[in-house]
Amino acid sequence: MNKKRVYLILIAILALAFFAGNLSYPKYYNQTVDFLNAKLGFQLPHFWSMPFKLGLDLQGGIHLIYEADLSSVEKKDYASAMQGLRDVIEKRINYFGVQEPVVQTQEAAGQYRLIVELAGIKDPEQAIKMIGQTPFLEFKTERDAQETQKILDKQKEIQGKSPEEIQKINDWQLAFEDPYFVPSGLTGKYLKKSEVGFDPNTQSPIILLQFNDEGAKIFEDLTSRNVGKRIAIYIDGNMLSAPNVQEKISGGKAQITGEFTVKEAQDLVKNLNAGALPVPIKLISQQLVGPTLGAVSLDKSLKAGVYGLLAVIIFMIIFYRVPGVIASLSLVVYIILTLSLLKLMNVTLTLAGIGGFILSIGMAVDANVLIFSRLREELKSNKLFSVALEEGFKRSWPAIRDGNLTTIIVALVLFAFGTSFIKGFALTLILGILVSIFSAIVITRSLLRLFAGTRFEKWKWIW
Amino acid sequence: MIHFVKYRKIYFAVSGILILASIAAIAAYGLKPGIDFTGGSILEMQYTGDRPSNQDIRNALSGLDLGSLTIQPTGDKGVIMRMQYIGEDTHNEILQKLGKDEGKMEEIRFDSIGPTIGKELRGKTTFVVLLALLLMFFYIVMAFRKAHRLVRPWQYGLASLIALFHDILIPLGVFAVLGKFYGVEISIPVITALLTVLGYSINNVIVVFDRVRENIFRGGQSFEEVVDRSLNQTLTRQLNTSLTTLFVVIAIFLFGGETLKYFALALMLGIVSGMFSAFFIAAPLLASWVNRREKTKVR
Repeated sequence: MNKKRVYLILIAILALAFFAGNLSYPKYYNQTVDFLNAKLGFQLPHFWSMPFKLGLDLQGGIHLIYEADLSSVEKKDYASAMQGLRDVIEKRINYFGVQEPVVQTQEAAGQYRLIVELAGIKDPEQAIKMIGQTPFLEFKTERDAQETQKILDKQKEIQGKSPEEIQKINDWQLAFEDPYFVPSGLTGKYLKKSEVGFDPNTQSPIILLQFNDEGAKIFEDLTSRNVGKRIAIYIDGNMLSAPNVQEKISGGKAQITGEFTVKEAQDLVKNLNAGALPVPIKLISQQLVGPTLGAVSLDKSLKAGVYGLLAVIIFMIIFYRVPGVIASLSLVVYIILTLSLLKLMNVTLTLAGIGGFILSIGMAVDANVLIFSRLREELKSNKLFSVALEEGFKRSWPAIRDGNLTTIIVALVLFAFGTSFIKGFALTLILGILVSIFSAIVITRSLLRLFAGTRFEKWKWIW
Repeated sequence: MIHFVKYRKIYFAVSGILILASIAAIAAYGLKPGIDFTGGSILEMQYTGDRPSNQDIRNALSGLDLGSLTIQPTGDKGVIMRMQYIGEDTHNEILQKLGKDEGKMEEIRFDSIGPTIGKELRGKTTFVVLLALLLMFFYIVMAFRKAHRLVRPWQYGLASLIALFHDILIPLGVFAVLGKFYGVEISIPVITALLTVLGYSINNVIVVFDRVRENIFRGGQSFEEVVDRSLNQTLTRQLNTSLTTLFVVIAIFLFGGETLKYFALALMLGIVSGMFSAFFIAAPLLASWVNRREKTKVR
């Protein structure tokens, strides 16, 4: 290998390390620039500022899993119903002023879920309440009298019976249905907007609804089929009013009269406009991390990382002397490269992710250790330093490759099937392994090659 | 040169006893699954003034249906409560009754996991562990498919697999004991750590097998000698790599905070088991299988 190329590679590495170092921790660069600007009147800009994106376990926040009840939706419309649900909740969440909220839909074992992550939120309880409060608006039509009677009879039949006894009655499920009304399929999904109005006669507040085109058509159809009957308006399963339909209503306008105060009507309208949920949801899991715990976790995990790194460096230098120093240098470059990549790829750092990264610091040394062990062996068999070096790299490569690939395979499996804790861990671990192979094969090797052909290579005791 | 293979019966006996002890511990005590897997709620809070006694807290919450409630003080003013899965309404009531609004305490953490999620995760975990083991086996078989005919690729694979079982069973045994006596739970982080151990320990096995593969071709030695030579050549590397990883893991255990503590412990146990198994199980196993079949000199 010619010396010139070694120097070129080293200069490239140094440039990369300078850039990556400042990207991951720009404080010193900016201080120097400030100093120079003040002393010499330069106009040097600060380094490109790109903060780490911290997960909710490090800055506090909530992770919520909701289950959507799609029983009223046809199977082919599941995807669009979930999409609608997501849009509505997203709109709602935008009111909280959370940076980069995550709202995802997920299908697991035939159940449809909505995952909401709000990092850095000030008042998580309030947020949950507000998401939960999103009103579920539904129009229902009247059952015919026969059906109503049937259900009422059943309800009488089951009165005072234990659950076991009830289940023995024919068609017992009927008793648990709404005896008067059936869902019509017209829900908040079709709402265009709503506003507060006042009843011209009583001056009490009413809510005016305007459906979108599709909703208007459904409403027209509903009203034409139910002239002389009642249509009930439900919010969150409670009937607010059930006006009689006088005639077919075109144009998609409806109004809800009820016993609201002005404040209640205003809140309801605000919530309806933010979006009535197209399907009902139920909270099935929540993880809440207070901001105090988040900060403590971040602090502790970083401390662990620093102590771990120091222990590794001290050990490597004592055990491997000059190569140990070289390995430590490439380990430091490894760390700043990985941190920069995490920033550039906009990875959300979680506690698990930091755990994975710290672990990868310990593992990253492995490739170096393999190479140095081989180098020592080759030197013992009295080969020239430069020959021993290249041989050492060549022979250690299969083990480095196989060993790291298996870890990557496991990490990929973890990533594919994991929960968010596992994903954060797997991602930084994979990234860490890839960068560590690069740092061992390129950085350590180039630094070692610097010594080839110099008098240092004859001092066998330092290797 | 240290003659590792000669004493293999001793290692097999030692690891056999350890594995049996682990299985016995798991069978007798069972693993204590965390709420990640069973569903349930954990509420951690910090009192601003004096911490009330457990009984006071219990009395304050007596009207609520919380299942079996355990209250555990932590630190100076902290309390961790565990209970059955509760919804947001009950959660708010608890906070009310314990005086959050009056500023008597601050909520540090609240995890509430519904039973469906827990059940789903249990199934998923089993699947992931089996998948990872299977992939490791096939990877080894593939990586060593062109090795000398003396050792078959599947033998490399099987020896690795046995070593991996060892590396997972022993930490699990320890966790069974810890679960029984200290209430340590098997949580998602612990499972993650054990799976990582799978990927990590196999590195050690691969490094030894890689040498075996290389040394077989040198010829002029019995297979037992080949294995001994390979183990001696890789001894320093094995120790050093495991040590550097152990350093960072110990750092996480000591300084990394509560969430990562048992994650780090599981890794620690797994790494130590892996150090042992690569050396004293995987490679010597190869030696016993080949010995039995073919005692001729390798050429």
